[in-house]
Amino acid sequence: MSAVITANGLSKRYKNALALDNASFQIPAGRIVGLIGPNGAGKTTALKAILGLTDFTGELNVLGFDPRKQRDRLMGEVCFIADVAVLPRWIRVREAVDFVANVHPRFDRKKCEAFLARTKLQSGQRVRQMSKGMIVQLHLALVMAIDAKLLILDEPTLGLDILYRKQFYQSLLEDYFDENKTIIVTTHQVEEVEHILTDLMFIRDGRIVLDADMDAIGERFIEVLVNADKAEAARQLKPLDERQVFGKSIFLFDGANRATLEQLGETRRPSISDLFVATMKGTYA
Amino acid sequence: MKTFYWLVKREFWEHRGGFLWAPVITGGVFLLLNIMGIITAEVLGASHGINFGASGGLHSVMADMDSGDMSKVGFALDIAMYSAMGLLAVVLGFVVFFYCLGALYDDRRDRSILFWKSLPISDTSTVLSKIVSATVLAPVFAVIVGIVVGILQLLILAVTLSFHGVNVWHLLLMAHPFRVMFNLIGYIPLYVFWALPSVGWLLLCSAWARSKPFLWAVALPVATGLVISWFGLMGLFDLPTTWFWKNVVQRGLFSTFPGTGSLFGTSSESIGHDVAGDPNLDFMNLTNTYHLLASPNLWVGVVIGCGLLAGAIWFRRWRDDS
Repeated sequence: MSAVITANGLSKRYKNALALDNASFQIPAGRIVGLIGPNGAGKTTALKAILGLTDFTGELNVLGFDPRKQRDRLMGEVCFIADVAVLPRWIRVREAVDFVANVHPRFDRKKCEAFLARTKLQSGQRVRQMSKGMIVQLHLALVMAIDAKLLILDEPTLGLDILYRKQFYQSLLEDYFDENKTIIVTTHQVEEVEHILTDLMFIRDGRIVLDADMDAIGERFIEVLVNADKAEAARQLKPLDERQVFGKSIFLFDGANRATLEQLGETRRPSISDLFVATMKGTYA
Repeated sequence: MKTFYWLVKREFWEHRGGFLWAPVITGGVFLLLNIMGIITAEVLGASHGINFGASGGLHSVMADMDSGDMSKVGFALDIAMYSAMGLLAVVLGFVVFFYCLGALYDDRRDRSILFWKSLPISDTSTVLSKIVSATVLAPVFAVIVGIVVGILQLLILAVTLSFHGVNVWHLLLMAHPFRVMFNLIGYIPLYVFWALPSVGWLLLCSAWARSKPFLWAVALPVATGLVISWFGLMGLFDLPTTWFWKNVVQRGLFSTFPGTGSLFGTSSESIGHDVAGDPNLDFMNLTNTYHLLASPNLWVGVVIGCGLLAGAIWFRRWRDDS
């Protein structure tokens, strides 16, 4: 499978901090990748580098283009939603559709109008008169009508209520995603994207600390529920993390032998949020 | 080309208020004030028993005029038509000034730049579309409104005079509305060239400033001017301090005001001479206004303006919403 994005030794320094520190990764086509990291870990910088919105050092190839030099051509193949508030406030629904329809060669107007018909948006309505949820509906309708190879979502559901959030990811999965498309999403609401991701990337202090597909994560990371009497034995196996629930200890192991762990207690697959917390321990300390 | 058309159209959508409504409202207010003035004059005239029309005085005055006087009347009517444009030109200057200051800054401040940059449009075409909106689109609207208002103004005058026994058509034939229109429309290309250094400087500040572009755009040249005045630095080049204020500060900031080219760009004596010598050859005559093309001031400005605009494009490429 050909890679949509190949990054090699990406670095980006702001005045006093390293936002990307020699990050390397590959993203193949047809995946939904979650790029997860604490605040200030470099998620947005990584996305901006991919979109050619910022300068950096290192090698980066996105769909065969160098984002630094061929940004306008690259944007013909890439779509981008950066949280909800980036549509210009003066624009009307019909102006937004007209504009994108006329400047974007891959825009399907009928599709967009069909998406809009499912919402309460009116063609004369201005963005400034809309709620956050409605703005994201408009943006999503515009973006889903574009037949792009890569869709980048940076905190797309920030500040939306649960109904809009669910609807957002559902529309993406049902009406947009297929094996020719790739989606990269960053979010803090990990639980909501957990079940739609095919790949997971953790980023911390500008470095990729975990990069694996979801199946591999299920095999590599194991959570064990251990009674107090066996807790000491579990600690011997060097768990990533330990926490207490109802008098029992929950240990998180990376790459331990499954059979050994099953003797200690009930094993299960850790949730991404638990994995995240364990991996990022001490970030803000 | 289609993309470029839509980019300009987008500018119009966003700045309909400045490009369209500002001149329309100004023109409307101008006409209203004129009508009020005429009514006041009529009322005052009537209450004081002064009436040209009833005695046929004004009519006989007209009948006695020779061709030289006629041409002066025509010239006066043309001036009436231009006067509307004069006011609109000031409004246009302000609109273009503030449009340029915000054009590459406002979308960074409200982060909508992230939306615009998610579309396959090069930063060069984005900036070019803003230059065209400032130097062509805005003046075209102002001139169209100016022409309409000018014609209405002429008709109002004619109708008023007709109440005093003057033949409206006879009067209108002395004016040169088409020549006025032609002169005004013909002035637009000159404006594009003349305004370029200001547009370039303001767009550069707009693309570069992380906050308060207005302050940077104005404070930087003014502060430089003060330093130069204080230390008399222009003496090094054997130039008076006023040279800097006139050719850098004023030229860089206020060239968005149409007509400043004709006022300051060429030596003012030649213009004054032409008008005084023959009122038929009015000051807006294109052969007169296009004297400016011979002035190095214009072309140095164009070259500097292009450099500033290249800088604006570069900053547009690399500045993001942060």
